[in-house]
Amino acid sequence: MEPAIFSERADQIHRVGEQPFRMACNRESLAGAVSQRACVFCGSRVVLYPIADALHLVHGPIGCAAYTWDIRGALSSGPELHRLSFSTDLQETDVIFGGEKKLYRALVELIDRHHPEAAFVYSTCIVGIIGDDLEGICKKVSREKGLPVIPVQSEGFKGNKRAGYHAACQAIFRLVGTGSTEGISPHSLNILGDFNLAGEIWIIRDYFKRMGLEVVANITGDGRVGDLQRAHGAALNVVQCSGATMDLAKMMQQKYGIPFIRVSYFGVEDMAESLYNVARFFKEPGIMTRTREVVREELISLYPQLQKYRKALSGKKAAIYVGGAFKAFSLVKAFRLLGMQVVLVGSQTGTEEDYRELEEITDDGTIIVDDSNPLELTSFLKEKKVDIFVGGVKERPIAYKLGVGFCDHNHERKEPLEGFIGMLYFAREVYNTVMSPVWRFLPRRSASH
Amino acid sequence: MNPARKTSLKLARPKSAPYVSTTNACKLCTPLGACLAFRGVENTVPFLHGSQGCATYMRRYIISHFREPVDIASSSLGEKHAIYGGSQNLKQGLQNVMSKYGPQLIGVATTCLTETIGDNVPMFVKEFQEEHGGNGHEAAMPLIVTVSSPSYHGTHMEGFHQAVRALIDRLAEPAERTASVNLLPGFGSPADIRHIKEIMTDFGLTAIILPDISETLDGPILATYARIPAGGTPLADIKIMSGSQATLEFGATLKNQDTAGKLLETRGGGTLYQVGQPIGLRETDFYFGLLEVLAGRPTPIKHVLERGRLLDALVDGHKYVFGKRAVVYGEEDLVVGLTAFLAEIGIHPVLCASGGDSGYLKEAITAVTADLLPNPPQIRGGVDFYDIAQEAGSLAPDLIVGHSKGYHLARRWKIPLIRVGFPIHDRFGGHRILHLGYRGAQQLLDRIINAILAKKQEDSPVGYGYL
Ligand code: SF4
Ligand code: SF4
Repeated sequence: MEPAIFSERADQIHRVGEQPFRMACNRESLAGAVSQRACVFCGSRVVLYPIADALHLVHGPIGCAAYTWDIRGALSSGPELHRLSFSTDLQETDVIFGGEKKLYRALVELIDRHHPEAAFVYSTCIVGIIGDDLEGICKKVSREKGLPVIPVQSEGFKGNKRAGYHAACQAIFRLVGTGSTEGISPHSLNILGDFNLAGEIWIIRDYFKRMGLEVVANITGDGRVGDLQRAHGAALNVVQCSGATMDLAKMMQQKYGIPFIRVSYFGVEDMAESLYNVARFFKEPGIMTRTREVVREELISLYPQLQKYRKALSGKKAAIYVGGAFKAFSLVKAFRLLGMQVVLVGSQTGTEEDYRELEEITDDGTIIVDDSNPLELTSFLKEKKVDIFVGGVKERPIAYKLGVGFCDHNHERKEPLEGFIGMLYFAREVYNTVMSPVWRFLPRRSASH
Repeated sequence: MNPARKTSLKLARPKSAPYVSTTNACKLCTPLGACLAFRGVENTVPFLHGSQGCATYMRRYIISHFREPVDIASSSLGEKHAIYGGSQNLKQGLQNVMSKYGPQLIGVATTCLTETIGDNVPMFVKEFQEEHGGNGHEAAMPLIVTVSSPSYHGTHMEGFHQAVRALIDRLAEPAERTASVNLLPGFGSPADIRHIKEIMTDFGLTAIILPDISETLDGPILATYARIPAGGTPLADIKIMSGSQATLEFGATLKNQDTAGKLLETRGGGTLYQVGQPIGLRETDFYFGLLEVLAGRPTPIKHVLERGRLLDALVDGHKYVFGKRAVVYGEEDLVVGLTAFLAEIGIHPVLCASGGDSGYLKEAITAVTADLLPNPPQIRGGVDFYDIAQEAGSLAPDLIVGHSKGYHLARRWKIPLIRVGFPIHDRFGGHRILHLGYRGAQQLLDRIINAILAKKQEDSPVGYGYL
């Protein structure tokens, strides 16, 4: 059988130290290659879905909505409208005669039933083809019902997940600036790019609170329409994960002059550095003192607990394949903290800049890959004799069939992995899988021993 | 764009519910079913002609249930293809699947997108094969079976049945009469298919089961990674299906559909028996009765004993379940079988619901329950979970029987959910649940009774150690 690598994709794979850096990315996925990627719609759904008091209506045939029904662990401390899966479930007649009437009636029906604070209407591939006037219908319903009804231009075929992030940011940007900013502290910020998976944003909010900062809006984990409307009153935007909400931060900087900083909440180093960066921004000694205190307290309790894991895991090998590349940076460092070596790292939608940075922080021999597929991934895992693979639900069976441990670090995760405490959960999960005795019984392992 | 293009699927009937919108669908989209069916054929790769998202979403959904690698290739259409047509990408995708997976068959299903832009997939495939003929590629050229599966037309079950039909249409050749029996089992679990095979073997029958997901979606761990999992219906077997002495097609609601079984009948494939899935005592009795006729021998003692033990358990457990009220939902045929079983054990199905809408659900349920139920249950096709909650809210059910997407109802009503069918995303081993045969009934009975006992125990202020 042919080697696993498609010749068309050779320039999307880089081996650190073995060749000068060059990396092709942001391409359309190769037909027939079983990409792990999703679509534009998926990108906007990821970002907007956690807004818990909004109605999220997927305009299209049933699948697009059914497959995204409550699949992410984005928690809400209040309303849970986001956990329902609404669809116009287009039928043949709608496709022939247009889906506008159905969309209108569905929106009115759902708004009357659920009284949301706002509604997002996602367009899917088919809507892009039949050409429904989403903007027009949304405007009409918005006027009639007196709430923001926002079209999200997310036809799946119009690019990859990144384009969906952009569509989502544009949708949010329509809300920003429509509320009052009265009473917002000068020491305030918005949290961008955190989706409160397994309650992670609550961990981060707690740090900011202990630092003496006010969080105006969660964008979008545990998000509320009202908070988004007044988000332009914050002094700073703190942006996690370069991919998802960067565009929004840039738009807010342009229109409202709000500066932003990029952060990561994964791993000890990045978490601490992120908090210090935020503290530095406010140029107030009290905040910096409190930040040091927060970091100190957290580390004092964390480090002793990490030792057991570090001891057991030292020298083991890890592979990473995640959606956005930014998260991969932190994961590389987190594995290092556990004494482990990363031998493969890839993402679905990284940019050249992302991959260049990855090449800088990884060891020689590490494979860097863009928009990979099961065949490549299995061949890499085998070649590198990996002990653990970090990915999402689609990557899990690939690891397991090869007899390799696995850690779910995607949007579906149900364990919080952010923050100092998140490092502990992460270490525990890595330990629990790598150290399991089951691998010893697998035919592949016993054959090689 | 030519959405009015005629397809072999029937026009979906209007939703019987009064709502325009859908909330928490109780169905999945058509190509997903087609991909599942293709997965049950030996050395086959399912291929979705459409944009990348659909394939990825479906893979993710299927993987979460089966916990197996599920490679579904996609033609990954982008914007320009959506406008100018997807032939180029389809061909490139087929080429890539051929070279990397080396399949014997590629099952191509269309998505909403490619149906709406009007891509003529059979023609593209023919061109592809011609372009590759005469180049010395003939030997490597896999069979390519196409199925039209727009999702605005029916549910995943229509996609499933249409894919099976397309396989037969494309592969079955005139064949010599044999003693084998064709079995078209519909969408069961791998455990169901394994059990069905076991029964056939015990009867001494040679059975051609299409599709056969017993290994392809529940594979063993191996020393080497298999690009395409072993197992599935051999192509050579599909070729000779029209020579079999009879065809058994599971599906109580398939009446008005142009099914694979009917097609085989017209191709000389022996007598067609369209029967319900053998779920519960009487449906299984009926099935074994048929096998006795086809095999020309009585039911093997092993299964007679299983039946006896099932009856014994029915007696032992009857009081725990009698008079309990159940809500049942899922794929139509599964709902029919489960309802029959519940009625047999004295549970009253108060609502039987499905996202599918063949129009035959009511008739099929009445047929299997009429003599058992004092009041017929409410029966609703084409519904979502919002409808189900609305209907069942006042019916005070004691338990819910269906796939795991109904969990939020169970939680809200504080009653047990007996997980059956597909998908089961919130428990382990969902794909190993056995629904069919005496053994399946036995296992379902145990689970139902234990769920009821657990609830009773939890609710009891005393917490009895004997129940
Ligand atoms: S577009 Fe159609 S085929 Fe694709 S996921 Fe949506 S419903 Fe399914
Ligand atoms: S139809 Fe389009 S929007 Fe829907 S899942 Fe498929 S690619 Fe995404």
